[in-house]
Amino acid sequence: MADEKRLMKGNEAMGEAAVRAGCDAYFGYPITPQNELTAYMAKHMLDHKRVFIQAESEVSAINMVYGAAATGARSMTSSSSPGISLKQEGISYACGADVPIVVINVARSGPGLGGISPAQGDYFQSTRGGGHGDYFHIVLAPKSVQEAADLTFEAFDLADEWRMPAMVLADGMIGQMMEGVVLPQPKDPATRVAKPWASGNRPAGRPVNHVDSTHLVPEEFEQANIARYKRYDEMKKTLVRYEEQHVEDADLILAAYGTSARVCLGAMQMARKLGLKVGLFRPITLWPFPEKRLGELAGKRFLTVEMSMGQMVEDVRLHTRGKSEVSFYGRCGGMIPTEEDVLAEIRRILKK
Amino acid sequence: MELIYGHPKSLKPIQTKYCPGCGHGVIHRLITEVIDELGMQQKSVILNPVGCSIWASIYFDFDSVQVPHGRTPAGATGVKRMLPDHLVICYQGDGDLAAIGTAEAVHAANRGEKFTTIFVNNAIYGMTGGQMAPTTLVGQKATTAPYGRDPVEAGMGYPIRVLEMFATLEGTRYLARGAVNNAANTRKTKQYIKKAFEAQLRGEGSTMVEILSQCPTNWAMDPVESVEWVESDMIPFYKLGEIKDELQGSAVKEAAK
Ligand SMILES: Cc1ncc(C[n+]2csc(CCOP(=O)(O)OP(=O)(O)O)c2C)c(N)n1
Ligand code: SF4
Ligand SMILES: [Mg+2]
Repeated sequence: MADEKRLMKGNEAMGEAAVRAGCDAYFGYPITPQNELTAYMAKHMLDHKRVFIQAESEVSAINMVYGAAATGARSMTSSSSPGISLKQEGISYACGADVPIVVINVARSGPGLGGISPAQGDYFQSTRGGGHGDYFHIVLAPKSVQEAADLTFEAFDLADEWRMPAMVLADGMIGQMMEGVVLPQPKDPATRVAKPWASGNRPAGRPVNHVDSTHLVPEEFEQANIARYKRYDEMKKTLVRYEEQHVEDADLILAAYGTSARVCLGAMQMARKLGLKVGLFRPITLWPFPEKRLGELAGKRFLTVEMSMGQMVEDVRLHTRGKSEVSFYGRCGGMIPTEEDVLAEIRRILKK
Repeated sequence: MELIYGHPKSLKPIQTKYCPGCGHGVIHRLITEVIDELGMQQKSVILNPVGCSIWASIYFDFDSVQVPHGRTPAGATGVKRMLPDHLVICYQGDGDLAAIGTAEAVHAANRGEKFTTIFVNNAIYGMTGGQMAPTTLVGQKATTAPYGRDPVEAGMGYPIRVLEMFATLEGTRYLARGAVNNAANTRKTKQYIKKAFEAQLRGEGSTMVEILSQCPTNWAMDPVESVEWVESDMIPFYKLGEIKDELQGSAVKEAAK
């Protein structure tokens, strides 16, 4: 039986979705604007007799996540931008050792301590492998509380399936706002992906398992990286997700993700009422990025809207391969563009 | 004929990469002997640190998880919380435990995490080539203390006695310091390890065995000089013995006496 719609804060909805996905262990450290998520996990993980630890730092929390996940458990952490910077060490190790973990970033404004208001300045960090070395990981960008819950739930499966970290890149707006949400049904543990590579519970006859990112022989390491990149290619074929509205007849396509895509949807509807042929392209997987679809749309005019000084716009330019004129409109420092702001920009570009 | 002494099953029969006279190899042997004695080969996980002892995957015939430099206790926390019936070993060097990973070590101990830390104190950074460690003795030379560790003029700080510091934390139950510079100390150290492992399997709280260990290479000594230096210089500063023993098991034994 499906759950009824409930009114929930984004942070709490993501927490409940993680509990229902079968998260076995949560490790976190307080930071605004995601504190309700950690508090939610404290209560509900302990109520379910699962593991919850308030760590001494984000550095420690992510390595606890890594340790727990190395035993095959479903393990996660959540934080916000400055804390996510500290987690990059552990994320790089998890990528290097092919350990599935879930990381939620309820992003705020930066650089530095910045502010606690919503922002999208962590796009580069999230989609380029924010730590050291050659790697990428899954990045999912929700635009609503419902999608935040759904993507958090799914992140556990995707991480397990592809043996890598899955990050949910939300922002302070999505974390803090309340909306109606229908939560996913609890995951049946029997349907989890098997993890024969995990450490612990070694049956007689199984060779030892070493969960390890160390590679001191260059020839072997190169081969391991090449194999990992083959997996990335596979993901680019099968995992890409995006939403489109009216792109086919559009004279101008708004490209945006998360909160700014929501604003763009409103602006698009206002523009359509004025008779302007405006569409919307919203990547849901920021990595793998919908590069192929953008290539198909190359030639159309784009306006990328972000809550940053312009980060995803570089990917839009890259994958339209110089065939599109790509403009940018952004607010930053915790400012959120309004539908009217975006409409004004649309009219300026279309000279209407 | 009964075999009474042989190569531990949990230790692979291969030559180590350690320098002649290094303590790490002896310590690996002690750990694996105890694992075999406890019959825990299939249910042990070692967290091997970034440092000279990074090679767990080559030496040990039981599972392992390798973590970033200093995060060993955080990783061990994650492993032990998920595998409470396993023997979880958090193996750390002095740089790993007492410099870059101080926060992780202190807080894991304070939470009373139920794994055992094997803390290898060789008073130097072995792997990176002989830099000053938090445990380097005053006056001891290192590549980054070319005139010897000078706490006052050069502001290099003092050597840290980790166990004495950790003894103040309520989460710690058993803290012992041994050495592997001679047969008697090595045997004693094995007893400490066994006591700590047994306490862990009873779920008693944080346990740590610090082991003074030779690094002849970076001390610029031959192996014989290095075992003598442990005796003449390290042991007077880092006193051997059980620094803290609040194990239930021990209390029962005391009462029976
Ligand atoms: C984040 C990070 N910083 C620095 C290093 C370089 N590094 C590798 S081992 C090591 C010190 C190891 O010394 P110790 O922990 O005492 O172990 P030993 O080799 O002496 O057994 C350092 C600084 C690293 N690998 N990672
Ligand atoms: S450098 Fe020192 S610690 Fe490292 S293997 Fe050689 S003797 Fe052992
Ligand atoms: Mg050392």
